[in-house]
Amino acid sequence: MQQITTVSGTAIPLLLDDIDTDRIIPARYLRCVTFEGLGDHAFEDDRQQDPAHSFNQPQHAGASILVSGRNFGCGSSREHAPQSLMRWGIKAVVAESFAEIFFGNCTGLGIPCVTAARADLAKAASAIAENPAVPVTLDLTNLTLSYGDFSIPVSMPKSPHEALTSGQWDFLGQLLDNQPAIRDRAQAIPYLSGFQA
Amino acid sequence: MRDQRNLFNKVWDLHTVGTLPSGQTQLFIGLHLIHEVTSPQAFEMLRDRKLTVMYPDRTVATVDHIVPTDNQARPFADGLAEQMMSAIEKNCREFGVTLFDLKDGRQGIVHAVGPEQGLTQPGITIACGDSHTSTHGAFGTIAFGIGTSQVAYVLATQTLAMNRPKVRRIEVNGELAPGVFAKDVILYIIRKLGVNGGVGFAYEYAGSTFDAMSMEERMTVCNMSLEGGARCGYVNPDETTVEYLRGRPFAPRGAEFERAADWWYSLASPENAQYDEVVRYDAEDIEPTVTWGINPGQSVGVREAIPTPGDFPTDEQVGIKEALEFMELKAGQPIEGLKIDVAFIGSCTNGRISDLREAAAIAEGRKVAPGVRALVVPGSQLILKQAEEEGLDRIFEEAGFEWREAGCSMCLAMNPDKLRGREICASSSNRNFKGRQGSPTGRTLLMSPAMVAAAAINGKVTDVRKLLEPAAV
Ligand code: SF4
Repeated sequence: MQQITTVSGTAIPLLLDDIDTDRIIPARYLRCVTFEGLGDHAFEDDRQQDPAHSFNQPQHAGASILVSGRNFGCGSSREHAPQSLMRWGIKAVVAESFAEIFFGNCTGLGIPCVTAARADLAKAASAIAENPAVPVTLDLTNLTLSYGDFSIPVSMPKSPHEALTSGQWDFLGQLLDNQPAIRDRAQAIPYLSGFQA
Repeated sequence: MRDQRNLFNKVWDLHTVGTLPSGQTQLFIGLHLIHEVTSPQAFEMLRDRKLTVMYPDRTVATVDHIVPTDNQARPFADGLAEQMMSAIEKNCREFGVTLFDLKDGRQGIVHAVGPEQGLTQPGITIACGDSHTSTHGAFGTIAFGIGTSQVAYVLATQTLAMNRPKVRRIEVNGELAPGVFAKDVILYIIRKLGVNGGVGFAYEYAGSTFDAMSMEERMTVCNMSLEGGARCGYVNPDETTVEYLRGRPFAPRGAEFERAADWWYSLASPENAQYDEVVRYDAEDIEPTVTWGINPGQSVGVREAIPTPGDFPTDEQVGIKEALEFMELKAGQPIEGLKIDVAFIGSCTNGRISDLREAAAIAEGRKVAPGVRALVVPGSQLILKQAEEEGLDRIFEEAGFEWREAGCSMCLAMNPDKLRGREICASSSNRNFKGRQGSPTGRTLLMSPAMVAAAAINGKVTDVRKLLEPAAV
């Protein structure tokens, strides 16, 4: 798999807390058997209700880095949420914190989710809002997010960081490699052997 | 030396296959539950990579989210729902997975079905492409929700790449007052610890309050662990657990059951078990609770007033204002007396037989207030059957509630049951997010099923304790 060490482009600010997956992709769009087309419906209901929503702003249309607040992606386990962001164009998310299932779903799609201090996020978000064209780079090797002449530190837990930067985020491949060990483990589990183990 | 590991760590260690290059644990999954929404893309991934299901007999499927609860004739009126239904039927057939479909009397919400069939047992690891998989933790299992790619991993390898969470013991002691239910306990905990307080943790619910609960009540508590940020929550297995499982279709039988029970008991956290954190609450501080905002942590006791942004730390005030605005509520306003338009009793949180009994006790001999649309939706076909045997359907219908077929119904917006416009719904479900119940501008108040019944009767948020005495006939 591709090593993911930097994500560059422009950014889109959405500095709210507790953005849940129902808001990222309303449930009615989960009535599907593929993920195709979900990008068109990212934040659909929020966008309808708030013309000023950043996903409505043409100046942010091509953005690849999303800047948000605390507990981003909370709520349902639906992978439709990161899928819709990815298909909209998002390649990385920077936030104060993330809900765990969302974070794991993103890692498996090669989308780094990094955290930053609230004050730093606020500065970055307002700079981006003022100048939507400012080039933004998420550098996973040095763990920084730079925008224009500024840079803020970001962080990421060790194992997903390792997986993304070394190109080992095809978890299916890694899990499949250990099939004999899986069968061995299963034999030691009491409920798989009539509780005799 | 005696094993000092808590249940979580014992079960985790038992299921550890090894360590992956990324440093994550490869964890064996003992039971994989699937449903129609998060599985079709996973089966496609298998086809793309020419893979099969590694342990088809450790995988069980049901249908719940998109199932209409009024007219279930096929093909469904909604073409997209029909397409999803056909997809899961085809996938289960082709990959050899058991499916509880609509014609199978065992169909229902995935988190109601696993326990009532005895599939959910102590010491198992359970994964399901649904965040409320934490429900199954009531049995002393490690049970958590996963995304669709991970559904494909479990199908293909029966394992997942996971990081071991920390364990926080949440101890609640004492007796719950009449009118206070398991739902109030978990809403109270989430209010105290915050909607992201559990990120990175598994929750162990312990103490005399949980010891005294039935399995169904424990399921309600564990169900909402995720709303507090914890991917899984559990209660240690005890006699209540073992007796619940005895005789269930997928539970072991005879001598095997006794061996199983011995093993289940041995898993419980010992008295001197180690935890990363411990918090303690008193049952007597817990009141019937209602959410007023747009996340499950934004709640108050029914006798309290809606808080003001100034009550919260500065960095949370924007969110509080947003919630007040969306809900069109004023700080300082009492929550009791707030008018409702819809009442929904159901979901994997509170759609089990004991929930229906508690709600029926309030509804019996009373009438739903004029103008209120009230729905009762059993969590599974077996719950529906049991309720009808007990005559609960008649009590509800006589009171003016609609009695529906089993499914997720108005918990989320994937089937015809939805809020309209700005309606306010008193709901026994688990999420009050903006748009959750199907109208982008609809509003949800989470509460116990008995509180929903009381709100339906009075047409407004009501302290259920005022209706605990049976209605005069
Ligand atoms: S009842 Fe609601 S929360 Fe539970 S599985 Fe169905 S949609 Fe999800």
